Amino acid sequence: MVIEGFVALYIFMLAAFTGYEIISKVPVILHTPLMSGSNFVHGIVLVGAMIAVGHADGFLQSSIAFIAVILAAGNAVGGYVVTERMLEMFTTSSKKDK
Amino acid sequence: MGINIFIDSVYLIAAVLFILGLKKMSSPVTARNGIVWAGVGMLLATVVTFIHSAGEHDFSSYFLINIIAIAIGGSIAWYTGKKVAMTDMPQMIALYNGMGGGAAAAISAVILIQQEYAHDVVVQTMAVLGALIGSMAFSGSLVAYAKLQGIMRKTYRFPNQQIINAVTFLVVILLGLNLAISGSDYSMFSLFLFFALALAFGVMSTTPIGGADMPVVISLYNAFTGLAVGFEGYVLGIPAMMIAGIVVGSAGTLLTQLMAKAMNRPISNVLFSNFGDSSGAAQEVTGSMKEIEASDAAIQMAFASKVLIIPGYGMAVAQAQHKIWEMTKLLQERGVEVKFAIHPVAGRMPGHMNVLLAEAGVPYEIIADLDEINEEFATSDVALVIGANDVVNPAARSDENSPIYGMPILNADYANNVIVMKRGKGTGFSGIENHLFFEDNTRMLYGDAQASATKLVATIKEL
Repeated sequence: MVIEGFVALYIFMLAAFTGYEIISKVPVILHTPLMSGSNFVHGIVLVGAMIAVGHADGFLQSSIAFIAVILAAGNAVGGYVVTERMLEMFTTSSKKDK
Repeated sequence: MGINIFIDSVYLIAAVLFILGLKKMSSPVTARNGIVWAGVGMLLATVVTFIHSAGEHDFSSYFLINIIAIAIGGSIAWYTGKKVAMTDMPQMIALYNGMGGGAAAAISAVILIQQEYAHDVVVQTMAVLGALIGSMAFSGSLVAYAKLQGIMRKTYRFPNQQIINAVTFLVVILLGLNLAISGSDYSMFSLFLFFALALAFGVMSTTPIGGADMPVVISLYNAFTGLAVGFEGYVLGIPAMMIAGIVVGSAGTLLTQLMAKAMNRPISNVLFSNFGDSSGAAQEVTGSMKEIEASDAAIQMAFASKVLIIPGYGMAVAQAQHKIWEMTKLLQERGVEVKFAIHPVAGRMPGHMNVLLAEAGVPYEIIADLDEINEEFATSDVALVIGANDVVNPAARSDENSPIYGMPILNADYANNVIVMKRGKGTGFSGIENHLFFEDNTRMLYGDAQASATKLVATIKEL
């Protein structure tokens, strides 16, 4: 998909406001899980890395793209596991209350 | 055409799921679902990318490279993420975040080496920005990881570091500008130099920052990676990446501000000041530290009517949260009112203490943050400080020369009695002497927090 310059600016602007809105109502107790969760969300870079593998031409570029996918997969999977473990504890403790 | 509409629709759904997932994570009740939603979004986006690319490229080698790489990166991250102790979470977030930044920078590297978009100033600029920010987030996060993990214990500073950093940054910007606007006429050497200096800048700007400020730094680099991913999304024409990246970028920036605000220090101050090098001489500490036995401390708390517990990094290190909760329940059975007072930057990350207390099963109702609880110290009998230091240092209120002057603190010194559980007599993470420890109403309970808490529990049980 080709994105025109100004449309990209609109996307950036709206996304920036969205991020700001989401965070502004978060209680302090969820700051660490949320940082971890947003860390997981930018793991979407995995998609970009996979596409870069497709773009890559020759050994050097392919190697860099290969490393990009390894790193991105680490970001996505690690981010998910860590966030999930943290939030898991919040559910169990709130169930215990009831 | 049809397949493209399908693929773009799935990317759109993924973007929506990310936003809804983050939204759900902002409430304790729905937080668990939030990460699952975001996870489904990620899975959809990844699978559809396979389908998308399969039509365009040499099928088998493309699949092979991607699957091997995902298997390597994913399995290492899965293993380390499952195995790591709760106390080590902050550095793991730093590590995974650094990997994301590195991936963004590597994507840029491929694009910039190809010079395919070299004529397009906008795309090229985005690729350069993604490379710069991603590289800084990568190397900076690794330094943050090394510091929190204890691999790098010292804060390295050299003379004129700020000037050298500034010059490095300027050179990186000029090199980047050259890459962005020179068409296809840039040499591979200038590209290499650009990446090398961007990585070096990330290291150089992180090493002088003290460990106490690391949460702010990790949060900042998290926002950086988000931005880099957003820019790469534009370069590759994937709106889902743009949206997810920029949402994280702005959310992370706000979170960074909230953290810096909790410490009452502007972000610029955290990043560019040399923490600990206060200008004037700090106030002389008078008096001496007075020791207390665990049994006496236990008796003091058992016969109190109100006890406020201030957990800090020491509790995290000693994994004492379970014992502390056991002790709390015993005190509650005796009719003692117990509350946990959480400073926003206690531990190594905002909410770090809340995560640990949640792990131990402490209900939210008895956990209070700084604004809610600070009034109550004056009416409480015992303030129990567990391995916290700077967040209860009265110098932040009174000593203008102290590096932490102006930081909001928990007024533990206003309690009738203060018991401080501490491993030894040394100063804390930031290296600042704590006046609270020398107060007349303060008693020091030395030893590992878990061992001490075990003794406290045993004594209270016998009463």
